[in-house]
Amino acid sequence: MAGVWILVEHRDGEIRRVTLEAAGAARKVADELGTEVTAVMLASGLEDKAAELGAYGVDKVLYAEGEAFAYYTAEVYAAAVAELVKQHQPDVLLFPASLQGKDLAGRLAAKLDVSVAVDCTALAVADGRLKATRPMYAGKVYAEVILSGQPQIASLRPNVFDVVETGGSAAVEKVEVAAPEPRVTLDEVLKEAEGKIELTEASIIVSGGRGMKAAENFKILEELASVLGAAVGASRSAVDAGWRPHTDQVGQTGKVVCPNLYIACGISGAIQHLAGMGTSKVIVAINKDPDAPIHSKANYSVVADLFKVVPPFTEECKKIKAAQ
Amino acid sequence: MNIVVCIKQVPDTETQIKIGGDGKSIDTSDIKWVMNPYDEFGVEEALRIKEAQGSGEVIVVGAGPKRVVEALRTALAMGADRAVHIEDEDLYGADPMFVAKILAKAVEPLNPDIIFFGQRAVDDDCGLVSSAVADYLDLPQLSVCIKVEVGDGKVTVHRPIEGQTNVLSASLPVVITTQKGLNEPRYASLPGIMKAKKKPLETKTLADLGLEREDKLEVVSLSPPPERPAGKTIEGETPEELAANLAKALHEEAKVI
Ligand SMILES: Cc1cc2nc3c(=O)[nH]c(=O)nc-3n(C[C@H](O)[C@H](O)[C@H](O)COP(=O)(O)OP(=O)(O)OC[C@H]3O[C@@H](n4cnc5c(N)ncnc54)[C@H](O)[C@@H]3O)c2cc1C
Ligand SMILES: Nc1ncnc2c1ncn2[C@@H]1O[C@H](COP(=O)(O)O)[C@@H](O)[C@H]1O
Repeated sequence: MAGVWILVEHRDGEIRRVTLEAAGAARKVADELGTEVTAVMLASGLEDKAAELGAYGVDKVLYAEGEAFAYYTAEVYAAAVAELVKQHQPDVLLFPASLQGKDLAGRLAAKLDVSVAVDCTALAVADGRLKATRPMYAGKVYAEVILSGQPQIASLRPNVFDVVETGGSAAVEKVEVAAPEPRVTLDEVLKEAEGKIELTEASIIVSGGRGMKAAENFKILEELASVLGAAVGASRSAVDAGWRPHTDQVGQTGKVVCPNLYIACGISGAIQHLAGMGTSKVIVAINKDPDAPIHSKANYSVVADLFKVVPPFTEECKKIKAAQ
Repeated sequence: MNIVVCIKQVPDTETQIKIGGDGKSIDTSDIKWVMNPYDEFGVEEALRIKEAQGSGEVIVVGAGPKRVVEALRTALAMGADRAVHIEDEDLYGADPMFVAKILAKAVEPLNPDIIFFGQRAVDDDCGLVSSAVADYLDLPQLSVCIKVEVGDGKVTVHRPIEGQTNVLSASLPVVITTQKGLNEPRYASLPGIMKAKKKPLETKTLADLGLEREDKLEVVSLSPPPERPAGKTIEGETPEELAANLAKALHEEAKVI
């Protein structure tokens, strides 16, 4: 048995947090199966980082060094991972359902002639096989799925699985794996504003809708977000009005998010919006209409004018942060 | 230039999803079916590329039950030239990896320069089909694109990922998946709808493609989403009081700030 594998995602020289979430999930699955967790890392010049994974539940790292692995491309990664999988035959392969993981999944599965449980929110083991839970129809139903063949591949929704600090250390084994010539080239990286937190990975999101009335009014949400270390999201109405970029849209045709706290300001709670944030652990609605559907989903409802409530709320949060 | 757009027919996003009697598929009796919203971006982008080049053909391909013809006709009414329907009454809910096999077989003889897919279907929410087809046809893939520029034998796209946007290029032929922001899909005009009725629509079966159904991903049960605990209304006479009480609840009770 070659156990449970995770695929390490890194960017700008750092292992991404979503990888540690996958390591935590893999640890639990491996313990139930009575096997080990191996991390596969394709990178260039990050060997030192590989051993750090031991502190998060990883027993062993298979590290492949190569120029071609410096940044992710589907063709290169799928070919290299598929080759390693064929050599070592792991039972389970887990990776984040990040943009990279979503891009990779179909291509890798095609090479291995298996399928994938995409964007899972829970994993269990039954009769030695994986049973995965994944939302479908934008969270309107939850499916329990099983996979046939080997390896069983699942990608994990960011922010759902806990990072587990085990304090161990991992043995790093260098492996050689061939990479095809990539046909996709990275011409340029356009960075977003420094410190902007990605919605899908944010633990707190402050989101604004049509009730914000104008682009410049989002300043009050930006201020609240910076106090809380939060990302700023938006409803489709706010995006379509040109107040926020498309990448900020939360919902069925935007990002599906799962923060600890989602604060919806001036958002009515249309079904397509709820589809994107309905699994948030705590939802706050600030909306002056008591009948707005968002209130029925909210853990805490504030029926009031957001322009009057948000600024003093930001002040209260500052006080709490100062005391911490 | 030949551009193929793969189109999935999905429940309208307003639809309340009901679990069927078997407990593992959805009740499809009361559903309004539409073209997957992301696929509309693909149709629109294909039409714009064709219009800009002044030549070429836009072919839409959909696999599924007879009703899928409606989604294909919608694309024809928007301006696509012809359609291919792989008809199979039981296909809805199939493993996307099997659907990818079907589409790869159906698309290959069309000799496309670009194949557009939605970044995900808003029913299964998988996003597996496009990159699997890219692998089966040995093509490069450019996923979740908000900008597509076609140059001489190559294409350059903008792909937003966490915290940055990557500008990526690949030579044709290529698989591209769409994201909101790419364009504003046009509506089908009345003359467009009339014309669409006469446009060619070819029907094939799985047997024609030499395929037999195989699912490696199986849904064993569906359940409604977990209930959310009943909410609380924050009390307060003034906005300041409301703000203070909200902060208190989030800090002391929910412990999220
Ligand atoms: C195919 C399809 C896909 C879609 N995908 C998405 C998606 O991904 N994401 C998404 O969000 N939507 C999506 N929608 C749109 C969705 O149906 C709604 O139209 C949209 O979510 C409404 O946005 P909103 O809540 O900001 O605006 P509204 O519904 O107009 O709500 C504004 C709210 O602000 C409140 N308000 C106004 N002023 C104040 C104030 N001063 N203080 C407090 N409250 C105030 C009002 O009471 C109201 O409830 C989609 C629609 C379709 C058809
Ligand atoms: N049955 C189908 N027929 C045609 N295209 C499909 C079908 N299923 C999926 N697709 C395409 O693949 C994309 C992603 O689907 P999925 O991988 O199922 O999320 C869709 O946006 C379509 O472009």
